[in-house]
Amino acid sequence: MRVTHYWRALWGIVGRELWRFVTQRERFVSALVRPLVWLFVFAAGFRAALGLAISPPYETYILYEVYITPGLCGMIQLFNGMQSSLSMVYDREMGSMRILLVSPLPRWFLLLSKLLAGVGVSVLQVYVFLAIAWADDIQAPWQGYLWAMPALLLSGLMLGALGLLLSSFIKQLENFAGVMNFVIFPMFFLSTALYPLWKLKESSILLHQIAQYNPFSQAVELIRFALYGQLNLHALIYTSAAFAVFMAAAIFGYNPSKGMMSRKGGA
Amino acid sequence: MKATIALAVDQLSFAYGAKKALDRLSFQIYAGECTILLGPNGAGKTTLFSLITRLYDSHDGHIALCGFDLQQQTCKALATVGIVFQQTTLDMDMSVMDNLYYHAALHGIGRKQAGQRIEQELQRLNMWERRQEKVRQLNGGHKRRVEIARALLHQPSLLLLDEPTVGLDVPSRQAIVDYVHQLARETGLAVLWASHLIDEIYPGDHLLVLHKGQIKANGTVNEVLTLTGTASIREASQQLTQGEAT
Repeated sequence: MRVTHYWRALWGIVGRELWRFVTQRERFVSALVRPLVWLFVFAAGFRAALGLAISPPYETYILYEVYITPGLCGMIQLFNGMQSSLSMVYDREMGSMRILLVSPLPRWFLLLSKLLAGVGVSVLQVYVFLAIAWADDIQAPWQGYLWAMPALLLSGLMLGALGLLLSSFIKQLENFAGVMNFVIFPMFFLSTALYPLWKLKESSILLHQIAQYNPFSQAVELIRFALYGQLNLHALIYTSAAFAVFMAAAIFGYNPSKGMMSRKGGA
Repeated sequence: MKATIALAVDQLSFAYGAKKALDRLSFQIYAGECTILLGPNGAGKTTLFSLITRLYDSHDGHIALCGFDLQQQTCKALATVGIVFQQTTLDMDMSVMDNLYYHAALHGIGRKQAGQRIEQELQRLNMWERRQEKVRQLNGGHKRRVEIARALLHQPSLLLLDEPTVGLDVPSRQAIVDYVHQLARETGLAVLWASHLIDEIYPGDHLLVLHKGQIKANGTVNEVLTLTGTASIREASQQLTQGEAT
């Protein structure tokens, strides 16, 4: 199998996803509205109620809007990962997933390409969101926007791989509502996206521990530190490990002889 | 001398849990031959296609495509197959051209070469004029033509058609049946066509009659008629599948 074959297939899959994203304006708008509502409505309302002590990577007191911005970047990627997962279940029901899976390329590569396509879209969304926040004076150092790129890629890969894994378990589109209730909401609210860990610890040790081990928390912290030009090594290792585990499980799930596909009766 | 073997299935079995769907199937498909896989609904045709394209996997038995073992040399084996699924698998919101370019990319065909092949296939199927239209705007027959063009784009040795004419009107069906037979005759393409419609069979076709996961007959039209002692394929099929064929 030639390298050019892989390259062309990758671009074919990524190009298709980007084309879909660009042509489906409502998807683009709705992906942005959610975090913007959190930023401009929720954060504004809670600014007075939630006092934040100085904690890394911040070197001074910050507004609540500044604190939740990295969390909302993570939120965009979390929802995008689940949206990709939803579209894979849809594609499987509609049959177009079959064309991808019967291509003469290793299945892990096809899934990784699909994942990269989704990550590309989510990173675009995050930067548009950050640009709007910047225009409203919620700004990080300019270098931070560059450092955030690899962090966003890794967090996007991890959350996308989770979505991919979930899509291998879900047979029907109707079952997807459960993902919202049992995956997205707990992951988001039991994380450091909206409040720092020490704040959670004040309320509940158990919630603090859950949030600490939640891979989404680590992804958010990775983005948060990167936006301020710093590397959170623990978050980097944790997010990378979570990505490796989710991706391996997703590849296993889509393996026709071993995973869920064999038990469910195909793609 | 017998032609090249495009598909060899050996002692293939598959089950959905405890329910056996295919039971020790063995057969071969040759280049230039149009083989009709005949059987009523639920006979196991779609399961067989899913196994041949490795959407499902079975550890009972072997499948080889153009000499490539599907388990061991999956990518090489799949590169030799073009498939039209029973259900439309085109992206409805993309144009005909974009759907075909996407498929070409998945098969590693460069943009320029893909463009030439797309034009060739669409011209042959009288769809070139509609290349910029969104698939959603096409009727059922035209969608099927696009799917056939897509299946042929990477110049496969074996074409799998899983009841591609279901839901089409008679002229559209006839056009597709004629075109595929012509392809097999002129290009040496091996065709495995799953159907439960008797009138899609040409006198020179090879027949595989599948019923409840087992092969009930395997031979030319004349051989099957002789085997069953009947005068028509309809009667032969009814006899072999106990009156369940249409």
